[in-house]
Amino acid sequence: MKNTTQILIAGFGGQGVLFAGKFIAYKGLLEGKQVSWLPSYGPEMRGGTANCSVIISEDPVGSPIVSTPDVLTVMNLPSLDKYEAKAAEGAKIFVDSTLISRKLERTDVEAFYVPSTKMAADAGIPTLANMILVGKMLKECEMLSFDEVEAALRKVVSAKRIELLDYNLKALEAGYNFKD
Amino acid sequence: MAEKVLMKGNEAIAEAAIIAGCRHYFGYPITPQTEIAAYMAKRMPKIGGCFLQAESEIAAINMVYGVAGTGKRVMTSSSSPGIALKSEGLSYLAGSDLPALVVNVQRGGPGLGGIQPSQSDYFQATKAGGHGDFRMIVLAPASAQEMADLTIKGFDLADKYRMTSMLLADGTMGQMMEPVALPEASYVLEEKPWAVTGTKLARPHNIINSLSLVPEELEMLNFKRFEKYAEIEKTEAMCEEFMTEDCDIAVVAFGIAARVSKNAVIAARSRGIKVGLIRPITLWPFPTDVFKKVAKTAKHFISVELNMGQMIDDVRLAIDCSRPVSLCNRAGGMIPTPEDVLAKIEIAAGGNN
Repeated sequence: MKNTTQILIAGFGGQGVLFAGKFIAYKGLLEGKQVSWLPSYGPEMRGGTANCSVIISEDPVGSPIVSTPDVLTVMNLPSLDKYEAKAAEGAKIFVDSTLISRKLERTDVEAFYVPSTKMAADAGIPTLANMILVGKMLKECEMLSFDEVEAALRKVVSAKRIELLDYNLKALEAGYNFKD
Repeated sequence: MAEKVLMKGNEAIAEAAIIAGCRHYFGYPITPQTEIAAYMAKRMPKIGGCFLQAESEIAAINMVYGVAGTGKRVMTSSSSPGIALKSEGLSYLAGSDLPALVVNVQRGGPGLGGIQPSQSDYFQATKAGGHGDFRMIVLAPASAQEMADLTIKGFDLADKYRMTSMLLADGTMGQMMEPVALPEASYVLEEKPWAVTGTKLARPHNIINSLSLVPEELEMLNFKRFEKYAEIEKTEAMCEEFMTEDCDIAVVAFGIAARVSKNAVIAARSRGIKVGLIRPITLWPFPTDVFKKVAKTAKHFISVELNMGQMIDDVRLAIDCSRPVSLCNRAGGMIPTPEDVLAKIEIAAGGNN
């Protein structure tokens, strides 16, 4: 099923990995794709790793569980340790290099190191490292385009906090334009 | 149909219930179905409905009994251990022939168990919802869209047959977000001449009761109820078939297990194995006719379940044990992978099961 991209986003609870996944799922929906979003839930969300599975596909989504991701985004070391071995051959792996100092051990995958937590802090949007990584994902992966990202953001940013829309856009653009 | 929105399965159930005209929800929180109660708590007060967090599951199901007696659409939701607590009430609803919707977003058991997805309440839902001779219509959604659609269907069937519909989901279905197109609210509630709504001194009292001390009369009530069940078995079974036309091997699965199995069936087909998927949408009534039809070509059945093997008994009965049925399962909150199912398919295809 090459028409399908399996995405796993993982980090600490509170880093916005579920939000990032939800944005990607909505972006897929607005581009006319089939999508699913499945969060981890349970005690591991407190202080441990939180993650979500997102599937973007041309065909109806079968299992919503991502066990061998084509795209893996990790925002803390425990997540990289846990999921690096599980990524598919040729997978694209996005690493928050502010919080994760080690490099990937695997050589059959493509690595993107983005100091997203530092970039977010420097830009005055310290809670949006997640969306910086998403910007980079959109740049490097063919599954979705960067066009009309604002429409997808409007679906996930609460109407009550619409002032956050511009900050999210800024984060997405920073990630999209980031060069190693 | 409206624009598609991303919704959690649990939220889809709650909104669909409101669309179906349900204005009374009683529950007690438990993971992984809490979003249903949270959604109802937010929405019900805005539309003149009643959300009430009861002091216990037992209280909640008896509040359902009370509202059901007035003929209003009413629901409760819980997860496995909570449903066990409600089982006395489920039996009383059946004994009083009252319609209600009960949602079970299953988690691993037995006992308090865990909070991860499971299908280990299959026996409880389809065979033993409580004491006494009774059935519930059991609906098994496999997507967020079906969480909504089968909620509405569940209310309709409950009213039509004056009995409980149970939506039997699992933690994955509840937590997963998928695009959902919600229908317009266009329900027509049937007249319920049996409901207790006040006589206005214009008619005799309606009495709702499950006590019947004369055995001859109680037997007649059971006979009558089972005539109704026979009618439901004949007319209401629902099932999805996927690539079953020419299949040598039939995989059987419902809910999340069916989603996983579909990946395995597609992978096996690409390797030239003639395999199909039977996905029961109603677990009671079990879609027996489809099994009898598929058994004409299929030489082997595989039941994929998130339990130690429960539906497998119904598969064997549906085909009169005429074919071998093997089990592919995980338990305790674990989910079989498509590779696990594919391995079972390949064993069956090799003939050395």
